[in-house]
Amino acid sequence: MNRLFAVANVLGKMVLVFGFTMLVPLCLSFWINDGAGTVFVESFLVTIGGGLFLWLVTRRYKRELQIRDGFLLVVLVWSVLPAFAMLPLLLFLPELNLSMAYFEATSGLTATGGTVLTGLDSLPMSINLWRGELIWLGGMGLIVLAVAILPMLGVGGRQMFKAETPGPMKETKLTPRIAETAKGLWMVYAGLTLACMVAYKLAGMNWFDSVMHAFTTLGLGGFSSHDASYGYWDSPLIESVAIVFMLLAGINFASHFLAWRAKSLYSYRHDPEVGLFFLILFGSCLGIAFYLWFVGVYSDPLTALRYASFNLVSIATTTGYSSTDYGLWPIFVPLWMLFLSGFCTSSGSTGGGIKLIRARILYEQMFREMTTIMHPNAITPAKVGGAVISNKIIFAVLVFLFIYTTSIVMMTLILALSGLDIVTSFSAAVACINNLGPGLNEIGPSTTYASLNDFQTWVCSFAMLLGRLEFFTLLVVFTPAFWRK
Amino acid sequence: MKIIILGAGQIGSSVAESLVSEANDITMVDIDAGRLALLQDRMDLRTVVGSAAHPSVLVKAGAEDADMVLAVTANDETNLVACKLASTVFNTPTKIARIRSAEYLTHPEIFSPENFCVDFAICPEQIMTDYIKKLMEFPEALQVLDFAGGKVSLVAVRAFYGGPLVGQKLQELHKHVPNVDTRVAAIFRKNRPIIPEGDTIVEAEDEVFFLAAAEDIRTVMRELRRMDKPVKRIMIAGGGKIGRRLGEALEDDYQIRIIEHNQKNSERLAADLHNTLVLHGDATDEKLLESENIAEMDVFCALTNDDENNIMSSLLAKRMGAHKVIALINRSAYVDLVQSSGIDIAISPAQVTIGSLLAYVRHGDVAAVHSLRRGAAEALELVAHGDMKSSKVVGRKVEEIKLPKGATIGAIVRDMSASKRDGDYVNYFSSEETHDAPESDTRVIIAHHDTVIESEDHVIIFVINRKMIQQVEKLFQVNVGFL
Repeated sequence: MNRLFAVANVLGKMVLVFGFTMLVPLCLSFWINDGAGTVFVESFLVTIGGGLFLWLVTRRYKRELQIRDGFLLVVLVWSVLPAFAMLPLLLFLPELNLSMAYFEATSGLTATGGTVLTGLDSLPMSINLWRGELIWLGGMGLIVLAVAILPMLGVGGRQMFKAETPGPMKETKLTPRIAETAKGLWMVYAGLTLACMVAYKLAGMNWFDSVMHAFTTLGLGGFSSHDASYGYWDSPLIESVAIVFMLLAGINFASHFLAWRAKSLYSYRHDPEVGLFFLILFGSCLGIAFYLWFVGVYSDPLTALRYASFNLVSIATTTGYSSTDYGLWPIFVPLWMLFLSGFCTSSGSTGGGIKLIRARILYEQMFREMTTIMHPNAITPAKVGGAVISNKIIFAVLVFLFIYTTSIVMMTLILALSGLDIVTSFSAAVACINNLGPGLNEIGPSTTYASLNDFQTWVCSFAMLLGRLEFFTLLVVFTPAFWRK
Repeated sequence: MKIIILGAGQIGSSVAESLVSEANDITMVDIDAGRLALLQDRMDLRTVVGSAAHPSVLVKAGAEDADMVLAVTANDETNLVACKLASTVFNTPTKIARIRSAEYLTHPEIFSPENFCVDFAICPEQIMTDYIKKLMEFPEALQVLDFAGGKVSLVAVRAFYGGPLVGQKLQELHKHVPNVDTRVAAIFRKNRPIIPEGDTIVEAEDEVFFLAAAEDIRTVMRELRRMDKPVKRIMIAGGGKIGRRLGEALEDDYQIRIIEHNQKNSERLAADLHNTLVLHGDATDEKLLESENIAEMDVFCALTNDDENNIMSSLLAKRMGAHKVIALINRSAYVDLVQSSGIDIAISPAQVTIGSLLAYVRHGDVAAVHSLRRGAAEALELVAHGDMKSSKVVGRKVEEIKLPKGATIGAIVRDMSASKRDGDYVNYFSSEETHDAPESDTRVIIAHHDTVIESEDHVIIFVINRKMIQQVEKLFQVNVGFL
């Protein structure tokens, strides 16, 4: 039990700190007087109060966290913070029930971007800003942020950092001290967000929209302040800016960090994912654009290219913006986009899915098996970017893929059992586990998750957490061995 | 000359053997007293037991008045420290070190006089790799040796029926290929040297040595034998230092398979090589060779440390259909034994590498030395200095120079930068560097009887018997009395 209290102690501190992030929309709300001010004050007080309570009650049990406690803390942080994050939404929108509000907050923090809200254009700016901020905070990682700004996590911090960062190989340290690494990553993240903000403004958005959309672009989340998403502006320039920054956010931030520190683009050449990432997306954009033009969806090849590239990059990087209802395109195209969302983003980026590096490792392993069939004596290490991948990692990746596919199948079946049609169930499972956002049919780009019932909403919330924490971190807490003394 | 050799391994002892016979005072240093005792029984030299990197040991070896230190222990770091010591403590004029690790060789600045004071760093594995690499480029040749930084090559090739020149007089060669200037330096018939004249008739099975500019090699070879298909598939037995380097050097241009018997080592090889198939197994295992299509291999190279293994695996490979087999053989007795038995080319690492060492040891200004026919013959690149009065060669026509019988002037390289040797700390790099460097003022002149030698010319001389070398060197020394 002491262990639980020690974890709760740190959790309390994190909730307390999280509460202060509400001051941003709170100030905005009072400044422009959009009517949501009191809601934010109440939410702020509840969150701060909750955090303080947890912290003070468990103060006596404070001690160094063990590796196991770290996993528990990560899972608790990611499941408890949405409960506080949903407060402004729950209080301001009376039509929202608990499950929907929790879904919206989870969708934000996991940078998924699926929404249950409609009439976004008429929401107070502060509420929309809060939604964007959730994506931005969750995109790079709550623990990473905590490690960067709070020295409270101690030695266990490294373990938790790993439990939260996506990707199969987390051993490489960018700096000798973990806190420096976390700070560096957040600096790059913040810098890119700022650049994105300015670019959006210059491209024609107003200040509020550029801030909100810079948040959701860099977090690869996909919340928008307009029901029509990027269709609202219908501007090729804004779409191009979005494409550029979605691509940047889909690259490993460690590579950005190294490039920024060395002031050279050299680190990208050593990144085993960047080249492939661009190759796949570039090829897919051209191919899909050609297909859309060929089957006559768009009569003009350039228009086809514009819509194909924006929507495809948005879905493949698990962002989830749309500039048109791509659900109306021939079914092959949205399915291909969903498929890409499963593996296109890089490890250490803000995107979801199995990550490109895992796909590459599996691909190498496939060739390795085939070489062994032809040359039984051959020694064929799996190599990615010149480095040998140990069998341990390959096994972990294989198991990961197994859990990933099993999860998608199970979620699809559960949702289908609950009464959804198969395309909606499947696309919801994929969209939630990949932290993508919109799916197809009932939850397509032109509609929302609002039509789902409470049970389905909770399943989707769980799926998002599962995908964001890359299965193991979340599932390990549910094993009996984890709780054994 | 007083020479201290540090390390009595393969290289150390063969260098000693060759230097002792040239009237040098040799002192050998090694930590293994037994090995030194063996050497002392065989040769006329002094031995000192101890660590080569300890000043007291060097004092005992006579470092105070030594002319040269040759650090060829198995350990790079010992060699580096020994050179530094020799320079700072004893002021030894010439320091040569064997450096095997590419890590050091890629930073030549660490050999400079301010740092480790290595005048010449040699890497036997790299020399071997270059040597074998050349043979892959010219699969018909027995040996391809570079002079003047790759501008001139000396090629040994066995004449066969089917070559247009076989059965003809040598002077016909000029009529067959009028645009190519070449010179046949020597012919070995049934292991006996023949001094080539214009009316010498080339017979099949003759081993012909000719000099030509690098781009003309193929044309000349075509005169002497039918050309093989270019090499594509190579199997290397043994993934040691040479096998690994060869794999690295060739893997982008050829299909390479390396057989290595050590599991750990083969895993490391597979990790470092990107385009090579690494096989774990025994190169003398015929099942493995068969399943890896030995019959389709253009070249099979046996490069393990074990002579017997190399001989057996290459004989086996040859019998199973490999087109051409090359075996690395350390013991000189074996080399003679196997050369006629089915192994196409037997390479002796000591003989290949000794040349580059000898170039620094020799009197006079020697730019390159290549040991040929297992040390019996030699090809030298000498630099002529002085003028009509002080030198016996400068200003004279080739026919006027009193060379001993059996020595031939093959080619002259003119206007090469005279500071070449001083500028290069790493010898083996020089061939590569000058190869690429645009040296428009350098000309290769194939020597004829009336060619006149000028000062600072690099003269390439072929000597069919090593005994004549001293006479040749004397010819090129500047006569001090006339200065």
